[in-house]
Amino acid sequence: MLRFLFRRLIVALLVAATVMTLAFVLTRLSGDLAISIAGPNATAADIEAVRKAYGLDRPVLTQFFDWVGRAVTGDLGNSYFFQTRVSTLIAERMPVTLTLGLTGLSLALLISIPMGILAAVRENTNFDRAVQMVALIGQAMPSFWLGLLLMIIFGLTLGWLPISGTGSWEHFVMPGIVLSFSAVPALTRLTRAGMIQAMSSDYIRTARAKGLSRASILLKHALRNAAIPVVAIAAVQLGFMLGGSIVIEQVFALHGVGFLAWESIAKNDFPVVQAVVLVLAVIYVALTMVSDLLNAVLDPRLRA
Amino acid sequence: MSAAITVNAGPRRGWKSAGTWIGAVIVGLALFCAIFAPLIVPHDPFAQDLNRRLLVPFWMEGHNPDFILGTDQLGRDYLSRLIWGCRISMLIGVTVTIVSGVIGITIGVLGGFFGGRIDDAVLFAITTRLSIPVVLVALAVVGLLGTSMTLLVLTLGLLLWDRFAVVARSTSMQVRNLDFVAAAWCAGCSRFRVLSREVLPNIASHLVVVATLEIALAILLEATLSFLGLGVPPPLPSWGLMIAEAKDYMFFSPWVIVIPGVALFVLVLGINLLGDGLRDAFGTRSRS
Repeated sequence: MLRFLFRRLIVALLVAATVMTLAFVLTRLSGDLAISIAGPNATAADIEAVRKAYGLDRPVLTQFFDWVGRAVTGDLGNSYFFQTRVSTLIAERMPVTLTLGLTGLSLALLISIPMGILAAVRENTNFDRAVQMVALIGQAMPSFWLGLLLMIIFGLTLGWLPISGTGSWEHFVMPGIVLSFSAVPALTRLTRAGMIQAMSSDYIRTARAKGLSRASILLKHALRNAAIPVVAIAAVQLGFMLGGSIVIEQVFALHGVGFLAWESIAKNDFPVVQAVVLVLAVIYVALTMVSDLLNAVLDPRLRA
Repeated sequence: MSAAITVNAGPRRGWKSAGTWIGAVIVGLALFCAIFAPLIVPHDPFAQDLNRRLLVPFWMEGHNPDFILGTDQLGRDYLSRLIWGCRISMLIGVTVTIVSGVIGITIGVLGGFFGGRIDDAVLFAITTRLSIPVVLVALAVVGLLGTSMTLLVLTLGLLLWDRFAVVARSTSMQVRNLDFVAAAWCAGCSRFRVLSREVLPNIASHLVVVATLEIALAILLEATLSFLGLGVPPPLPSWGLMIAEAKDYMFFSPWVIVIPGVALFVLVLGINLLGDGLRDAFGTRSRS
């Protein structure tokens, strides 16, 4: 177990290092950063001044190791536009993105676990087919479009929910629903498959033979085993959701990390862009480790 | 497989194949629109006319019969832009899938077939790729380098190879130990020949299924990036861009975002239905 964790940690660190390199290369793709920062009307002297001010006159490798060295200690540099530390900016915006991500994940689990269980219990009935259809529809729904439709229906026509901003919990209802749509198909299918497999296993036959009630068999015996991969994948899904929330934050004007990244891309604010890519990747890697750990903790068979 | 499942397979198959047919019809129609767009558009999709802005579609009071789906905020025929947008969606979906397929299948087959160190490297590449937030990185690349179709296709292609790699790796791992591969080795075939003539054809059905699903994903992502203003450059009529441009009018005339959105949704649903049908037809159940 310890050996397994250690190996996973090494891989996670290597992934983080690779993403760091990629994030750095990414922002250097456009060629000369100084020209982009200085803007279209800058003179040669302006560009030279920018180059000096941001340390872009140094060799690329020096810049890279300087950035890596600072990032490891949590210093992600300064934003060109906001004139503050990038780490402060991200820390300020993170609560909104996390709230959105957790709302989306909770809604997704609330929808997909019951649907998956019922579909498994009624395998090959019309209900099962309907659930699979819902999963297909969820997969095909463009999230930004669903967001706009909800805004028209619940925001404008019915007037139930606010259409943009982050003032209250109500602001997170529509974005949360939209975000949950991306995870419902996978989680529903996983719950359904897990339940079908569990229901055909020996311990369920034993439980039936003992004369336990149907509810007890389903929820206590089958679901416990079927839920293991679902819980584990939920952690990974949260990682995808945090990365994908950029679209929804933009649609609903939620000022989270995704919105920050989008603004920064438009403003050529490279330190922020590369930092957000790095932070989201590190969170994802951490969540996959949590997922592996959950798997091991919940399923004693994997602890060997 | 237990007997109970086989007994119940009859009606299920029927329902499934209905879905597959619906998917095939949708995809067929989309392909037709994509290929023949210049011939079938009723109007020039780029021609602006400010005298006929935001004409309503046919199901609403006071529509103009010349413009079945109405016109957009610049007076461009919505139906023509929708058909042209289909061409762009399909073009991007297919080309992105070709790029990502070549990358993903190559590294997946190499890892699965040779195993060992090579496979470790392949697994690491897949793990790294999955940790990168696709939409954000695609936005950043396009934002830094400027919007163009070629750049968009290359960026998405370089980002979306993970599923190809995962499936190619696991299936070629199974094929590697089969007798006909051993026979090919014994007959003195080169590595390249074994891979291209023995392994690849035997995992092709799985890869076709992945390819359909990837086309759908690429189309959705293109629409998302175009919606955020960093995808297909205007005035090209991408469905995502149409929704973005119409967003300011959606509270007064909701149909301006409903029409391109429904088109996008139906196309992606159709491709997914077809993909699921192909998966069943080939007997390649998804690994759960």
